[in-house]
Amino acid sequence: MADELLLVEGVCKQFPGVKALDRVGLRVARGEVHALLGENGAGKSTLLKILSGAQKADEGHLRFDGRALDSSDTPAQRMRLGIVTIYQEFNLLPALSVAENMYLGREPLVAGFLSWRRLYAQAQSIIDALGLDLDPRTEVRSLSVAQQQMVEIARALTFDARLIVMDEPTAALSDREVATLHRIIRELEAKDISVIYVTHRLKEAKEICDRYTVLRDGQLVASGDVGDVEVRDMVRMMVGREVEFLKRPAHVAPGPVVLQVENVCRAGLANERHVTVLRDLSVDVRAGEIVGFAGLVGAGRTELARVIFGADRCDRGAIRVNGTQLALRTPGEGIAAGIVLVPEDRKQQGCFLTQSIRQNMTLPSLGRLSKWRYFVDEKAETALVEEYRRKLQIKMSSDDVAMITLSGGNQQKVLLARCMALRPTVLIADEPTRGIDVGAKVEVHQVLFAMAEAGVAVIVISSELPEVMAVSDRIVTFQEGRITGVVQAADATEEQLMRLMTLTHDEHRLHAVA
Amino acid sequence: MSQPSSGATPRTRRGFDAVRFLEKYGTLLFLLALVAIFTLLNERFLSSRNVTNILTEVSIFGIIAVGMTYVILTSGVDLAVGSLLAFASMCGAWTVHQMGGDFNLTWLVAISIACVVGTAVGYLHGKAITLLNVPPFIVTLGGMTIWRGATLILNEGGPISGFDEGYRWWGRGTLLGIPVPVLVFALVALAGYVLQRYTRYGRQVYAVGGNPEAARLTGIDVKRVLVSVYVMVGFLAGLSGFLLSARLGSSEAVAGVTYELRVIASVVIGGTSLFGGLGGVGGTIIGALLIGVLSNGLVMMNVSPYYQQVIIGAIIILAVAFDTYAKTRRGRR
Repeated sequence: MADELLLVEGVCKQFPGVKALDRVGLRVARGEVHALLGENGAGKSTLLKILSGAQKADEGHLRFDGRALDSSDTPAQRMRLGIVTIYQEFNLLPALSVAENMYLGREPLVAGFLSWRRLYAQAQSIIDALGLDLDPRTEVRSLSVAQQQMVEIARALTFDARLIVMDEPTAALSDREVATLHRIIRELEAKDISVIYVTHRLKEAKEICDRYTVLRDGQLVASGDVGDVEVRDMVRMMVGREVEFLKRPAHVAPGPVVLQVENVCRAGLANERHVTVLRDLSVDVRAGEIVGFAGLVGAGRTELARVIFGADRCDRGAIRVNGTQLALRTPGEGIAAGIVLVPEDRKQQGCFLTQSIRQNMTLPSLGRLSKWRYFVDEKAETALVEEYRRKLQIKMSSDDVAMITLSGGNQQKVLLARCMALRPTVLIADEPTRGIDVGAKVEVHQVLFAMAEAGVAVIVISSELPEVMAVSDRIVTFQEGRITGVVQAADATEEQLMRLMTLTHDEHRLHAVA
Repeated sequence: MSQPSSGATPRTRRGFDAVRFLEKYGTLLFLLALVAIFTLLNERFLSSRNVTNILTEVSIFGIIAVGMTYVILTSGVDLAVGSLLAFASMCGAWTVHQMGGDFNLTWLVAISIACVVGTAVGYLHGKAITLLNVPPFIVTLGGMTIWRGATLILNEGGPISGFDEGYRWWGRGTLLGIPVPVLVFALVALAGYVLQRYTRYGRQVYAVGGNPEAARLTGIDVKRVLVSVYVMVGFLAGLSGFLLSARLGSSEAVAGVTYELRVIASVVIGGTSLFGGLGGVGGTIIGALLIGVLSNGLVMMNVSPYYQQVIIGAIIILAVAFDTYAKTRRGRR
């Protein structure tokens, strides 16, 4: 046990009405990368919060580096001991520089005054130790999501972290960025720093982790070496049943072309440095068809989706629905034209967290659910919520409950229901299964299949190739604001798609767009 | 202390949660406790004359507070309401004066002008906020001095008085034994509540306050909603201004000074969050009554006005602190 860094034993945690953790245990050795797996609601977040000091366990004990951890520790004390957590939504101050974020509250002082020289120098040495390409003076808000994550890791190192907990670290990263992250994790390993890696991407867990622990419904289900199990086994342990991405079942041939995007161009504004410029994009979608948009983060898929929907303006080109050319300036006009968008970031752009499920679901449909023109017809509203609760199997105790209490998967379903209730002609789902567990992912896919079955033209944007390949009829690949290929999903291979997603500029010119 | 948003709060699965109970009914209980205490200390507190006084006082700023609820629900604020009250009322009174002051329906001219001026200024505020992208705090801070200055310019700093019976009835008259301003307040409060709870527009206001970007993506015209709440509070400030001038018998350049504080305090004590998306008119009414009862009671107890300020300020802070605590606790579950 000499190289055991963390020992968690018999931890229990009860919340009103639900036992979040039931005698859960965990062992992490020094320099080990440990995968913590489990569906949403399995208890992972609660366990992490207990570890970081944000929550107190009801029972059980923790030992870190040979010493028992005091359950009355504050998060700050745990961080000083060397347990640092990097959350899915970063804890960075966008207006400050990388170095300032790294040393916030602990800046090096000279005679009581902040020493900028030392601050930048110290930050730079940690950045170099990680092999990163970051200037410590850069403002965090001008960095990409992947770079911000690097800043979080660098910050963890300023605490002399011995254990770094990463919660869904790759949810918003492209494959290239994931590779960089994994390289850094290996460097941490080499320095004898342990990592607890919480993820839904089981292939990644297989690649980078040494050992794993699976939680289900608050209980410890299994623990062992990653080398001894396959992804299939992990999934089975997480959900208790065999689950795969089901391919789209055999269906009627798609109908006529419903959405035509022709030569759409969009130049970014001066203050939108991170927004991809769209260059001459054309794509058609038929009724009943599912088209997948594949590409690395920043390839322009979301930007195009927003232009089609009317959330961003289109500089040049034409967008037609059922033959009629549209000049959309607002999302309201997009909805009126029959196009709906399920946004990429459900927390920032989709959910009204303090409002009820009911209000979240029916908001854009209130025009249809009204009586006396201005009043809400609450009976019709209740009926609609019930209809979609059944159709999408949304788990909720009542429709008056606040949205914030739902799990990510259920929130996503409510947002889908919101869009479906508008009876759209075109549905664009941007990363519809990001950050939700495997079981819920499959349920969301079923919903998308059903919509296509009903004749809706569906566009699915996803950064997970297996998902795009399973769900789509046709796949359109993007790279740096251009469409690089259109492939029938039945013929597509992951290697082929990845190649199309990573072409260089020269190859763009040589490649014919189907 | 907070009026649950029209979507209510997460269910508690335990038996009785003292904090949740206090959060929902705390302000009301506190109000009732104050009434009880003041009555015990001075039996004249609950006399019909005193109650009428309290209600009439409360009505004047309560009317504006209903509109301010909507503004704060969108996470905005309007600091100019006190000045606008004076300006709109002065415009109305001045017009009546210019027209001779002794024709029928002077009140109709005055109330119409006051409300139109209030609406127009509210529109200007809303447009400045949405078109120029200047924060509401700054726009209405500027407005606060601008409209006060305009009021002083309009009648060279002096008051306008000498209104006829018909005009003054609006401030001093009664209908079925209830003072007219109180009736107007009741109507405005009812309309404000119905709008918030039962209409599409009400839902849109909560959406814009809760998450403006998400609201935009569901097709809501966020700018239009924002302008509308400032128009609403402007209109109500004009209406209040008219009623106040009717009650006092004169329209004064110093009318409404510090009213914005009372109005905002009513909304905040009533449980509407300054961050938008939570709260409502019901809470605001209780908050307004609380302030009215507190001021009146302290006067009846001969507490000096200086102490009154301290006490009222402390209560505002405590009320919001409790509300924040209750909300944070709920969030952590």
